Amino acid sequence: MTKQTPALLIAFGSGILFSIGLIVSQMVNPAKVLNFLDVAGTWDPTLAFVMGGAVAVTLPLFAWVLKRPHPLFAKQFYVPTRKDVDGRLIGGSIIFGIGWGIAGLCPGPAITAAATGLLPVLGFLAAMAAGALLQNWLFTRLGK
Amino acid sequence: MTEFTPISGLIGGILIGVASVLMLWGTGRITGISGIFGGLLTPARGDVSWRAAFIAGLVLGGLLWPLITGTSLPVDLQVSWPWMLVAGLLVGFGTRLGGGCTSGHGVCGIGRRSMRSVVAVVTFMISAVVTTYVVRHLLGA
Repeated sequence: MTKQTPALLIAFGSGILFSIGLIVSQMVNPAKVLNFLDVAGTWDPTLAFVMGGAVAVTLPLFAWVLKRPHPLFAKQFYVPTRKDVDGRLIGGSIIFGIGWGIAGLCPGPAITAAATGLLPVLGFLAAMAAGALLQNWLFTRLGK
Repeated sequence: MTEFTPISGLIGGILIGVASVLMLWGTGRITGISGIFGGLLTPARGDVSWRAAFIAGLVLGGLLWPLITGTSLPVDLQVSWPWMLVAGLLVGFGTRLGGGCTSGHGVCGIGRRSMRSVVAVVTFMISAVVTTYVVRHLLGA
């Protein structure tokens, strides 16, 4: 047991709970996601309830947690501080939306769905890693 | 067609919210999964283990679910191999450029009342809806 152990156990437990939420809600299912996005076709509004349920918890409880002097098992909170809306936020979100709209998979569900061992899901994850590395390489060269 | 399942959607959503609160309260970290994943690809000293622990949990849940419930994961893929690769590339690139995905900007960013995240969520939702329309109704894929 090192000083880091409780925080690691929390991160591990949070990952498990998060994945169960993705499975129960079927956010992990590309068919479900694409039917949510397909408002002109076989529309299934379920995912609005997933997002609604999640935000109904985080909205009040994040405010409560962030009023604590520090987290239970860490010295400080690591919360984004930026407030500006810039081209990268918009451009990145558009590009992400295109990928999400094609396959119906975003990063969390893709990682949990990897447990199925389905090769196209593993291929998606490898491509996702490549895309993230490409972005990092390109924008490090451009000067961040 | 998929069946409209608001109750299980809501329950799953609440679990996702609770997992995010647990993470922030316990470790001070945001459950932004593209960021947690991205940080493992370009590892920095002392900033790896919590990321690996969370991702391991995310996969383990998917492995345990069929064993405990006796039902397989509901993963019904909709597009062919090449589309999956293109989509993965765009999701990886876009989430890193835009600084977050459905979990980081959506669940956590809106939870923090961040205007940046609200703008990001509205943007990727519109982009995804338009893309799905093009792929399904114009290209017929």
